[in-house]
Amino acid sequence: MRPDREVAIVAFAQSDHRRRTDDLSEVEMVMPVLHEVQRQTGLKASDIGFTCSGSSDYLAGRAFSFTMALDGVGAWPPISESHVETDGAWALYEAWVKLLTGEADTALVYSYGKASPGSVRDVLTRQLDPYYLAPLWPDSVALAALQAQALVDAGDTDEPALAAIAARSRQDATANPHAQLRGARPQGDYTVQPLRTGDCPPIGDGAAAVILAVGDRARELCERPAWIRGMDHRIEAHSLGVRDLTDSPSTRLAAERAGAFERPVDTAELHAPFTSQEVVLRKALGLDGSVRVNPSGGALAANPVMAAGLIRLGEAAARIHRGESDRALAHATSGPCLQQNLVAVLEGENRA
Amino acid sequence: MPKEPVAVVGIGQTKHVAARRDVSIAGLVREAALRALADAELTWADIDAVVIGKAPDFFEGVMMPELYLADALGAVGKPMLRVHTAGSVGGSTALVAANLVAARVHRTVLTLAFEKQSESNAMWGLSLPVPFQQPLLAGAGGFFAPHVRAYMRRTGAPDTIGSLVAYKDRRNALKNPYAHLHEHDLTLEKVQASPMLWDPIRYSETCPSSDGACAMILTDRAGADRAPRPAAWVHGGAMRSEPTLFAGKDFVSPQAGQDCAADVYRQAGITDPRREIDAVEMYVPFSWYEPMWLENLGFAEEGEGWKLTEAGATELDGDLPVNPSGGVLSTNPIGASGMIRFAEAALQVRGDAGEHQVEGARRALGHAYGGGAQFFSMWLVGDTPPAG
Repeated sequence: MRPDREVAIVAFAQSDHRRRTDDLSEVEMVMPVLHEVQRQTGLKASDIGFTCSGSSDYLAGRAFSFTMALDGVGAWPPISESHVETDGAWALYEAWVKLLTGEADTALVYSYGKASPGSVRDVLTRQLDPYYLAPLWPDSVALAALQAQALVDAGDTDEPALAAIAARSRQDATANPHAQLRGARPQGDYTVQPLRTGDCPPIGDGAAAVILAVGDRARELCERPAWIRGMDHRIEAHSLGVRDLTDSPSTRLAAERAGAFERPVDTAELHAPFTSQEVVLRKALGLDGSVRVNPSGGALAANPVMAAGLIRLGEAAARIHRGESDRALAHATSGPCLQQNLVAVLEGENRA
Repeated sequence: MPKEPVAVVGIGQTKHVAARRDVSIAGLVREAALRALADAELTWADIDAVVIGKAPDFFEGVMMPELYLADALGAVGKPMLRVHTAGSVGGSTALVAANLVAARVHRTVLTLAFEKQSESNAMWGLSLPVPFQQPLLAGAGGFFAPHVRAYMRRTGAPDTIGSLVAYKDRRNALKNPYAHLHEHDLTLEKVQASPMLWDPIRYSETCPSSDGACAMILTDRAGADRAPRPAAWVHGGAMRSEPTLFAGKDFVSPQAGQDCAADVYRQAGITDPRREIDAVEMYVPFSWYEPMWLENLGFAEEGEGWKLTEAGATELDGDLPVNPSGGVLSTNPIGASGMIRFAEAALQVRGDAGEHQVEGARRALGHAYGGGAQFFSMWLVGDTPPAG
C-alpha cells in the first residue's frame, strides 16, 4: 500500500538486550527507551497524538500485562492509545494507518518482551493449532529445523552457508552496542539437526520505541526522516503441511504491495531469528549481494521476542537518519516458520 | 484528502451460550464471519483484510490464536491484524478496522471479536497471582464493587437502582435471539433476592460467562452503494486510555471515558447527547455501571444518572433506551462484548434489530471499556453518511 500522506520514522531507541533482566520489571525496561525517543524529538507524552504498543501476555505470564507498561508512558491526562498482541512492528502498522487517516500527526510505538522468566521454546508451542499441533509440543527450534532441512533438501543452502550467515551477523553486531551476542561464536553442536547453536537466536529480554510523524512535522523533529514509502503485511496458512517452507509468498506479496520491487534497496533489515530463515527471505525478496543485509546483526544477535520485528524497522530507519542508507527494506515476522510477514520500504531524502 | 466514509454493511453473531462444545474456536469465529458475509451478500474473495480482537489469550489457552485462525477466517494471503486492549478490545478492534477503510488502505474489511470462555475459567483468569496483585480480589467483580459503592455514597442513589438495571436488561434479552441469558421467569423480586457476590453486586446483577463471536463487514462509500441492505455509517470513533492506579484517579467517572465521549461527539457534531442520540449500547458488566456511565458519557449531570434509570428513561420504550439487546449483563464473551455493543448500535440505525428495535433510531452510540476502568472505545453510527 502506497500512502497519500507522508509519514516518517523520526526517532528510534532500544534497550541493551540481555539474557536475563531479573532486576527489571517490564515497565522499568520500557521507560528508558520511551524517554530516549522523547529526548531525541523533544516531544512529551502529552504532545503525542497516538500511542500503540505490542507485547504478549504469554511471555509475561499474566493477563493484561500491557496495562502495567502503560504506566511507563505517563498516560495522564488520558491518551489516544491501542495495543496489539504481537510484535511491535504491527503496532507501528496500526499507528501508521492512524496517521494516514489524518486523525493524528505524531505517534509513539513501543514493544517489549521478557523471554527469560520462562522457557521460550516451550511457550511458543502455545501459538500452534490447539487441537492438532499444540498437544504435541513441537518447539520453535524444532519447527525451524524442519524448515532448514527442507531448504537443504531443496539445494537452497547447506550447513557451511548457514554458518556463514551466523558468523556475518555476529561480526556485524560488534558495531551494535545494544546487541546481546557481539563477535564470533562457535557454531556448536546440533540443537535440532540441521540447526546448530550458532544458527539459533539468543534468548533475551529487551524493549524498543519509535516515533512517527507526518510531513513537515517530521522534518522539524528529525534532520533526515526515514519516510515510509509503503508498508504491507500478509499471513499464510497455519498448518505447516500445506505450506512450501522453502519459500515465503506472504513476504513477497507484502514487499510487492509496499513497492519494494520498484527500485533496488541498498539495505535490508530482515527479521530472521534462524540463519535458515534469512535464506528463505533473501529468496522471497530477490536480494542479491549488492544489498547490505542486517548490518545491526539482526535477530541472530539480539532477539527480544515481540520487539525484534519493531527493532528491524527502527534499525533500518536509524541508518537512514545517519545517512548510511537512502532506501531500505525492513521486515518483521510472526508465527511458526515465518507464517506472517510485514515489509516496509523506507527512504531518506537528500536536501538542498 | 478527507477521510473515506466508513459503512457497516454486514453483521453476524453466534447464539451466545455458556459453552459451545459443538464447535472448535475456529468453528465459532467462522460461524459469525459467515453470517456477516451473508448479511452483506459478499464472499471471502471480497474481503481485503481481517482485523481480529479478543481479551487475554489465557482465556482459551492459545497464544496469539489469530495465527491458527487465519485459515478459518479466509485470511490466507491477506493482512490479518490482532488487537488486544483488555475489555474494550471488541470496540477497539472495530475502530482499527474502520481506520483501514477511512485511510483508504483497504476497501472492505472483515472485523471480528470472540471469546470461548468455556475453555477456561475467566474469573480466575482475571485474578492475577501474587506477586502481581494482592490475593482475594476474585475476578473483575472484586475489583469493581468498591467503585460501585463509592458511586452510591457519592450520589445517595437508592440501593435498588442496580436491580432495576439488571431486570430491564434481562427482559430486553428475551427479545434478542442471540442473547445468552433468556430468563423467562425472572422477576424484580428475584433479582433483589439473589445472592450477594461482591457487596453491593448481587448474582443477578452480574454478567454471565459466555462463548460467542461477533463479526462486521466495514466498507467504503462505493461498497455501501452496492450493499443489499441499509448501511450504518460511522460518524465518530475514538479510544482513550489512562493508567490503572494513580493518585487522583476517579474510578467512578474516569477522565478517559469523558474525553473519549467528548471526542466522538465532536466528530459527529453532537452537542446534546441526551436528545440527539436515540439508542445506547453501553458496556455494563455489573448493573450499577448503567447510571455511572450515563454520567460519564454526558447523558446526565453528575450524581443524576440513577434518576434516569429510576424514571424508566433507559427502558426499551423510554426516551434514551440503553442496552436494548440485553447488554453485557445478558451476554458476555469478554473479547467480543465490546464489538457486540458496536454491532448492536449499528443494527439499531439499520432498523434491523428485530424485536428489540428502538422505534425510529437514527443515531446510536456503541461503548466499551476495560482494564481497571481505564481503556475506552466508542463509536457513533447513523443511518445516513456523515456530512462533508
